[in-house]
Amino acid sequence: MDEFTPAAPVADHDRSKGGAIGRKELRNASVSGADLYDIRGLEVFFPVRQSFFKSMVATEKHWVRAVDGVSFTIGAGEILALVGESGCGKTTTGRTLLGLEKQTGGQILYKGLEVGKFTPGAIRDYRRNCQIIFQDPYNAINPKHTIFDIVAEPLVVNHLVANEREKEERVVRALEEAGLRPARDYLYRYPHELSGGQRQRVCIAGAIVLEPDMIVADEPVASLDVSIRNDILKLMVQHKNELGVTYLFITHDLSLAWVISDRIAVMYLGKIVEIGETEEVVANPRHPYTKALISVIPVPDPTARRERTILTGETPNPAAIPTGCRFHPRCPEVMDICSRETPTDVQISGTHYAACLRLNGQH
Amino acid sequence: MSKGESAAAAAAKGQAIEHDGILDVRDLKAYFKLGDGDVKAVDGVSFMLEQGKSLGLAGESGCGKTTAALAVLKLLPENGRIVGGEILFDGKNLAKRTEYGMSKVRWKDISIIFQGAMNALNPVQQVGKQIAEPIVLHEGISEAKAMLRARELFDLVGINPKRVTEYPHEMSGGMRQRAMIAMALACNPKLVIGDEPTTALDVMVQAQILELIERLRHELDLSFILISHDLSVMAETCDKGVIMYAGKVVEAGTTAQIFNNAKHPYTKQLIKAFPNIHETREMVSSIAGDPPNLLNPPPGCRFYPRCSEGEPACTQIEQEMVELDPGHFARCWKAA
Repeated sequence: MDEFTPAAPVADHDRSKGGAIGRKELRNASVSGADLYDIRGLEVFFPVRQSFFKSMVATEKHWVRAVDGVSFTIGAGEILALVGESGCGKTTTGRTLLGLEKQTGGQILYKGLEVGKFTPGAIRDYRRNCQIIFQDPYNAINPKHTIFDIVAEPLVVNHLVANEREKEERVVRALEEAGLRPARDYLYRYPHELSGGQRQRVCIAGAIVLEPDMIVADEPVASLDVSIRNDILKLMVQHKNELGVTYLFITHDLSLAWVISDRIAVMYLGKIVEIGETEEVVANPRHPYTKALISVIPVPDPTARRERTILTGETPNPAAIPTGCRFHPRCPEVMDICSRETPTDVQISGTHYAACLRLNGQH
Repeated sequence: MSKGESAAAAAAKGQAIEHDGILDVRDLKAYFKLGDGDVKAVDGVSFMLEQGKSLGLAGESGCGKTTAALAVLKLLPENGRIVGGEILFDGKNLAKRTEYGMSKVRWKDISIIFQGAMNALNPVQQVGKQIAEPIVLHEGISEAKAMLRARELFDLVGINPKRVTEYPHEMSGGMRQRAMIAMALACNPKLVIGDEPTTALDVMVQAQILELIERLRHELDLSFILISHDLSVMAETCDKGVIMYAGKVVEAGTTAQIFNNAKHPYTKQLIKAFPNIHETREMVSSIAGDPPNLLNPPPGCRFYPRCSEGEPACTQIEQEMVELDPGHFARCWKAA
């Protein structure tokens, strides 16, 4: 492993030094230009636990580089899909945006303000604006609470409602926006009385009840049946169009990303290897990893015989990242220099970028 | 319903009654006993698989596809039982077999790759030993010899044979699924059933596993039944397809017939629910409503409440399978 020492978590570091961003500044901030988020060189490293003896002897600490220098923007009111295999760091990226994991480097700018510098009060307000939906609706909600309590809880803990009537109105509105109609039929039911799709709708209602700017949807449909899956995807598009909610859609299924997202970012082992407009990336993929991912997506048509590029092996361990281009051990188009040089982003067209050494010098 | 009657019923419906299939399921009925009655999970299912071919059994959760496959192996849970029909495997009717008789068939002739390799392997036993166990039982050879065979099987499915002494937690998801496949092949079965063998795997690993199954099928001349909710996977791997809805087969034929010339409204809507990345981008459609309660299924066509092409007459007529083209059947009177 090459030499490396991550900085102390930015948040603690900067808050003590001053320059903190308070609630007032956050309230007055607006989306400058078109980007809600501007993520620059984001790094999230987790220390590898070592035995006591090893930690005494070892000269350096080992790190799992879950997210290793990722830069991208999320425009207000768009659906950005973050696609990749398990272990590529897509979920960690999403969680870090919400402050659920600590970043070890880089910057997250939300409406132009650096999230790492928020005061505790500002963080609370920030989290109200940015919500998350988890993969498994069976485990994400408390089975002993009624649907009303589950959806109302974020309103109560944030002191956002003055009285019971207002609380009920907002819960009913959120449930209806999540597609549970008539909402009053669901209020006093328990999660076990609902199907998987209905539970996921309750999770969505719990997220949108706070009227957030942004929702991180972490594999929201992976555990649902096809027909229900499509309903949830439609709901996300509808929220984007009608409520202006921005989505970071985290998925391993590129075909679903293709269906609903405006832009796609493909991640491999902690880095974004290709990003661009959805149709452009799918029609004209330039990174060998993206090409392979697209080539293996099954399609409901047995006559569509086509070349499939099936990569061998699985995503390597992020604690032992290959040198040079981290994709080179599995790359079907590998060259000699790939094990030595690290590729940089190459602009293909407009907002389409790919990081592959084969592209250097071609554009 | 007696055996004779069900065979006659199948014959009357004009369904395949040739005897060249390795597995010929006729009018199979498997019910689950609940407090308030019988859940008719599989209610008169017929399909036939020829030697060396692959057949896909697809449908939404709860349509009875897994129950049908478990019934073939007579592995239904305690409250489930086969109520009627025949399961002809190589000409022998498995539906009539005793538990002891079935134990001779399982793994030796028919094996199954279970869904979720994470849970199907024993976490406290070495993977190689788990593979050797059925070999010792069925072939009566020593464990040392069986372990040698386990190593060969590991090699066959693309895992380093040295890893036979590892435990399941030391393997990745894809590798565990490969180990499950090795286990299914342990006793050289003629027929392998894959129950959602790639669900919960990443797309790339899924492609690897499907390619492996395809290769093994040709190398070992296996017959294969794929149970999947994912029509795209079925389209890519199977010769024939059977679409199930609410315990009944609604359409059957070659995969080309089903996907390029679907006749049953359910099949048509289900295909549209899967994105096709090679065509123009459009929102995938969903099928409104829920499948019927199988404790008390509605009369007439079971899909009628969700069907976009239904007519009131659909609730009156008990739908039969109609042959539209040679080998292509659909359970819809309007398709005829």
